[in-house]
Amino acid sequence: MDTLKRFFDGDIWWSFKQSPLTIGASIVALICILGAVLSPLLAPHNPYDLAQISLLNSNLPPSWMKEGVASFPIGTDQQGRDILSTIMYGSRVSLLVAVSAVLMSIVMGVSLGLLSGYVGGRLDSFIMRIADIQLSFPAILVALLLAGVGRQFLPRDQQDSLAIYVIVFSIGLTGWVQYARTVRGSALVEKSKEYVQAARVIGVSKWRIMVKHVLPNVLGPVLVIATLNVATAILTEATLSFLGVGMPPTQPSLGTLINEGQNFLLSGEWWLTFFPGLALVAMVMSVNLVGDWLRDALNPKLR
Amino acid sequence: MLAFILRRLFQAVLVMLAVGLVAFSLFNYVGDPVNLMLGQDATPEQREELRRDLGLDQPFYIQYARFVGNAVQGEFGLSLRQARPVSTLIKERLPATLELAFCAAALALFLGLVMGVYTALRRRGYFSQVLLTVSLIGVSLPTFLIGILLIYVFAVTLQWLPSYSRGEVTQLGWWSTGLFNKDGLKALILPSITLSLGTMTLIMRLVRSEMLEVLRTDYIKFARARGLSNRAVHFGHALKNTLVPVITIAGLQLGAIIAFAIVTETVFQWPGMGFLFIQSVQAADIPVMAAYLVMIALIFVTINLIVDLLYYLVDPRLRIERSGSAH
Repeated sequence: MDTLKRFFDGDIWWSFKQSPLTIGASIVALICILGAVLSPLLAPHNPYDLAQISLLNSNLPPSWMKEGVASFPIGTDQQGRDILSTIMYGSRVSLLVAVSAVLMSIVMGVSLGLLSGYVGGRLDSFIMRIADIQLSFPAILVALLLAGVGRQFLPRDQQDSLAIYVIVFSIGLTGWVQYARTVRGSALVEKSKEYVQAARVIGVSKWRIMVKHVLPNVLGPVLVIATLNVATAILTEATLSFLGVGMPPTQPSLGTLINEGQNFLLSGEWWLTFFPGLALVAMVMSVNLVGDWLRDALNPKLR
Repeated sequence: MLAFILRRLFQAVLVMLAVGLVAFSLFNYVGDPVNLMLGQDATPEQREELRRDLGLDQPFYIQYARFVGNAVQGEFGLSLRQARPVSTLIKERLPATLELAFCAAALALFLGLVMGVYTALRRRGYFSQVLLTVSLIGVSLPTFLIGILLIYVFAVTLQWLPSYSRGEVTQLGWWSTGLFNKDGLKALILPSITLSLGTMTLIMRLVRSEMLEVLRTDYIKFARARGLSNRAVHFGHALKNTLVPVITIAGLQLGAIIAFAIVTETVFQWPGMGFLFIQSVQAADIPVMAAYLVMIALIFVTINLIVDLLYYLVDPRLRIERSGSAH
């Protein structure tokens, strides 16, 4: 209760209330996230339950158009699945992949950055050189090549069921550099502070100092980068799935839905592409805006 | 200078070797392409023959040595899907990708510069605000959605421009180009815009913020105090110093353009290298994938090397500092 009260009295809540754009963005983000996470409960239909879908309902336009049906508010696809429901289930997949990938990047980047900054020496220059090299390739290209090449190493009949791990791995592996660089910078500063020296004097081991004392003090900026990275990861995943090297049609994400819908664009069924695209843009944009605000709110220089 | 170049070259070679290793391990650890090509009902003899033809029956180290030797000469064997030399395939597809990438880069650089300078000089103008807002939306839209949107508006609804392929191309030796006839040019418009949009907004924002920064410096104030015309101050003095960081970013963005060319080519079914890669991934066409990996790594390593050198040449401060610290 006390911490809650302190939060509502604090700077961050105040700066949140001052920015209508951020309030709007976080409402949109919340709707997207809740709709995605709770899709099995909230979605009007279960698009992957064969008993519930019927070919008779295929290719219906949104309900406000001439042939629309009220129970399918934004239309159906060629198999008679409700688009709203496929979008909600698809967002869940997109979000799951993005969050897992970002978690992987954080674990990798923070530990390498901490090692690099605190241990220093050859290890430091080695890790930072690898980071430089990786940064000279665009992240999306690396993720695309990893996903495209990575899936070849799997048995062909399991490529679809294991696809999610390949994608999480590809996106996660491309994101670590930013965390490593930030954490390394902070660790270099913390290393020379008195509390670290004090700990060393009383004989605390190197690893214990790193994990117990330095780590909590370098995690601040990680939160901001992570928020912005979730948005990037959602986009990367959508791009991979759109290109057909991401989530398979049996477990579609938003990108897969757009990819499938694109085939029907020329015959005029625009809602198959438009609504998943809209959901994607809404999700990415709102998360980005919240991340931008968080960056400014947590930056002491801007206060 | 020489030490700097050598260090960069060494790093470049290391990167190429690492990528080559990945490309090679593709050949060795990936499931059986023979099954893929022949299908279910081939006889064992047919399988064996194809295996021999493709060179898949030899031991690991021979295949490896052959791979490195051939890769240096640009040979990656036969495409498993089309049974044609990979080098020929790439040679066919390369002009399409380069043409698209350079059109997009030119468009992005030119319009980005113009819009950036404009929004910096007319900071409070109405049109500047519109441009900035639109660019913010442009940043959040993924490339493939922009492409689909353009196709829907200009190809499906208005039917002004084609939605896929390169249209008619002119053959100049082995190089094919769509620049010399109306059909090819028309086909180039939508993909170039799609590909350039992200970079364009980035360059515009960069030029704008750099220009605003430069306009606040003392030497600009002094130039104004000397009574120089607005045009001389803006374009003679301010723009020049704005360009230094723009060159680096633009150079690095050329890499991003080539990366996103994969997406654009797939949306527009543009017969370039990126589309070839996506097709080869779906068909498990290992030689093509390996060749693409090596090729794209080579392109990036070269771009980065050139950008480093350019930066070195453009910014004299860097030269003095480096040579100062060397002595």
